[in-house]
Amino acid sequence: MQKSLNIDPGKCTGCLQCEMACSYEHTGTFNPSRSYIKVFTFHHEGRFAPYTCTQCEEAWCQRACPVDAISVDMATGAKVIADDKCVGCKVCTIACPFGTVNYSQSTGKVVKCDLCGGDPQCASACPTDAITYVDADWTGYDKMMASASKSLPSAEVTA
Amino acid sequence: MSWTRKLLRVDLSKGTCTSEALNMDWAKDYLGQRGLASKYLSEEVDPKCDPLGAENKLIMATGPLTGTMASTAGRYSVITKGPLTGAIACSNSGGYFGAELKFAGWDMVIFEGKSDKPVYLVIQNDKAELCDGSHIWGKSAWETDDILHATYQDPQMRIACIGRTAEAGCLYAAVINDKHRAAGRSGVGTVMASKNLKAVAVRGTQGIGNIDNVDAFFESTDAGKAVLAENAVTGQGLPAFGTQVLMNVINGVGGLPAHNMRDVGFAGAENISAEAMAEPRTSDGKPNLTTNGACFGCTIACGRISTVDKTHFSVKDKPQYHGASGGLEYEAAWALGADTGVDDLDALTYVNFLCNEDGFDPISYGSTLAAAMEMFEDGVITTKDTGGIELKFGSAEAFVAATELLVTGEGFGKDLGLGSKRLCEKYGRPELSMSVKGQEFPAYDPRGIQGIGLNYATSNRGACHLRGYTVASEVLGIPVKTEQTDTDGKPELVKAFQDATALVDSAGLCIFTTFAWGMDNIAPQIDAACEGDWSVDNCLEAGERIWNMERLFNQAAGFTADDDKLPKRLLEEAIKSGPTEGQVNRLGEMLPKYYEIRGWSPEGEPTAETRQRLSL
Repeated sequence: MQKSLNIDPGKCTGCLQCEMACSYEHTGTFNPSRSYIKVFTFHHEGRFAPYTCTQCEEAWCQRACPVDAISVDMATGAKVIADDKCVGCKVCTIACPFGTVNYSQSTGKVVKCDLCGGDPQCASACPTDAITYVDADWTGYDKMMASASKSLPSAEVTA
Repeated sequence: MSWTRKLLRVDLSKGTCTSEALNMDWAKDYLGQRGLASKYLSEEVDPKCDPLGAENKLIMATGPLTGTMASTAGRYSVITKGPLTGAIACSNSGGYFGAELKFAGWDMVIFEGKSDKPVYLVIQNDKAELCDGSHIWGKSAWETDDILHATYQDPQMRIACIGRTAEAGCLYAAVINDKHRAAGRSGVGTVMASKNLKAVAVRGTQGIGNIDNVDAFFESTDAGKAVLAENAVTGQGLPAFGTQVLMNVINGVGGLPAHNMRDVGFAGAENISAEAMAEPRTSDGKPNLTTNGACFGCTIACGRISTVDKTHFSVKDKPQYHGASGGLEYEAAWALGADTGVDDLDALTYVNFLCNEDGFDPISYGSTLAAAMEMFEDGVITTKDTGGIELKFGSAEAFVAATELLVTGEGFGKDLGLGSKRLCEKYGRPELSMSVKGQEFPAYDPRGIQGIGLNYATSNRGACHLRGYTVASEVLGIPVKTEQTDTDGKPELVKAFQDATALVDSAGLCIFTTFAWGMDNIAPQIDAACEGDWSVDNCLEAGERIWNMERLFNQAAGFTADDDKLPKRLLEEAIKSGPTEGQVNRLGEMLPKYYEIRGWSPEGEPTAETRQRLSL
């Protein structure tokens, strides 16, 4: 069974535990600037939005890479950067429609979410379940359920 | 070890920034943040100095846990000699600024001297530089934040700054970071303004990777997070209702002061409570509360993000206040609301926005305004003084108009910026200032809740709930219930809370964790992160050492046992009605015992033996 990160921005409080967990997993430091997941704050709307790679099945980044540095982790479906092949050309960062592949000045390579080999630390660290790791076939179903609940007469919802 | 072992010394007179090794001998005795920075202040500043003179220093300090994954570990404090009190001041703030300072590689920044023109400090990792700040002087904290973000094109830059209220000389101006988090009390922002320092902008990409014992760290911080999640206050009450969960509770037990503490119990409390904030309003069907928000690393997330009703008189022609921003916390809602008799939730939220936008302490402001309202009622202050404002208890219009004057220090706003002690002295009614050592009371009446009165009287920064929150025990039963109106055992309770709090404030953690955590949850997290022995006993001893060091600073500044007192009103005017009817604060029953268990002389001075025991 393949699993996906499922993000519910409505539950996010902006605490950045996910960014610390991600950066610790990948760099051994608590360092949000090196996190592959980012929480964006929209102050005037009072909203927080965690965002990271959704691991496209047909990945633009992978197709764009001129040196085949991006491969698929067959166990998790994650698109993974091979540091020994990446030349830091950044074409993948242009190809990605979501902006979730990024260049790191400190390494001279691109970085992106690799699902931590199947145990994503951001999901483990999230205190509010804004980030969960779920059966990929269930992606979006929580939203569908929320919409479905609105289709009921309100008396039945509150009953 | 978790400390970066580096501090940045900024000489504003010379315009220089110098890196300096952190004194690790001191760190082992004083941990970090409040404790360690107060040690630096004690060593480097004459306690008798003018708080607004060049000889005072201003320190922004993180704790060793700041910037780590421990829950709530994003705190920093601003330490200085405070202008409101003349005592040692230490104001603690959350948001993201503290962690960013740590990620840039600094445990603290010490500002000394005084710049001859407005400047701001930019820190980008190891690089620190003072820049001309003339274009942001005169701007609000919100505008300053926007301008600096635009200048550096870096959304991840974190900014702490002062607004116009500090520039205007208000004695309880705050340092605002991340737009709606504040090192709020004692006028630390006023000191920053006196140095012509407008802002500190910081960006750090180095991270923290030197945890002393990684396995023990994750074990203890994970366990701590589980305790917070399972606790009814930190797991449910605070995220859902914020600290405002207290408004109806404290009112219900006869502990909510009102009308400049003339009354206890406020009829409008429900209208300004957490429950009211969640109620959809008629104009747009939306509640005041948009969502809850967390500070850096916090798994509680008590912060309020609110909006004001766009049709409300205070904002209807001001679209800049129509978006969401930092909403009412309990202390602000009490001071701005119950103490002034104003129960208009939108007016309170708007004024709370102004507190953040221009940086001033809502507790001291609300309380000062309440004192002015009482003097207006008595005819001591008239519309001639207020510039025409009918400054009546309960008037939302007067409340909003007065606040707008305070922001820029115009007209009567200048008087309000003095704080209640100086204001009441100026108008010849000193007994109406509800303050200790010149700092105004927070939202718990010391007649209805005895222990908190002793804490107020002895707090090193003037009246303050955050120096020893015995309300937890006396009202909420945390960790054990003590009777609100008893004085027995309160000296011991106050000492225990004060010492433990001093340690938490020195670690980088938020004091709100202690609704759920005891020192047995906290010490292992510090011990795992830091070198040295941070057992429960050593942590408590460090807390006691910090408390006594602050006391000695104040003693050298000229404070005596005479300053450990409460206003006459609280000692002599009994509560008129409600569950605590007939009560006055019985400070005299508690204070001698408190001195004794602290190891102080009957004159309130730490004895030679106590100083030796604590290596002071």
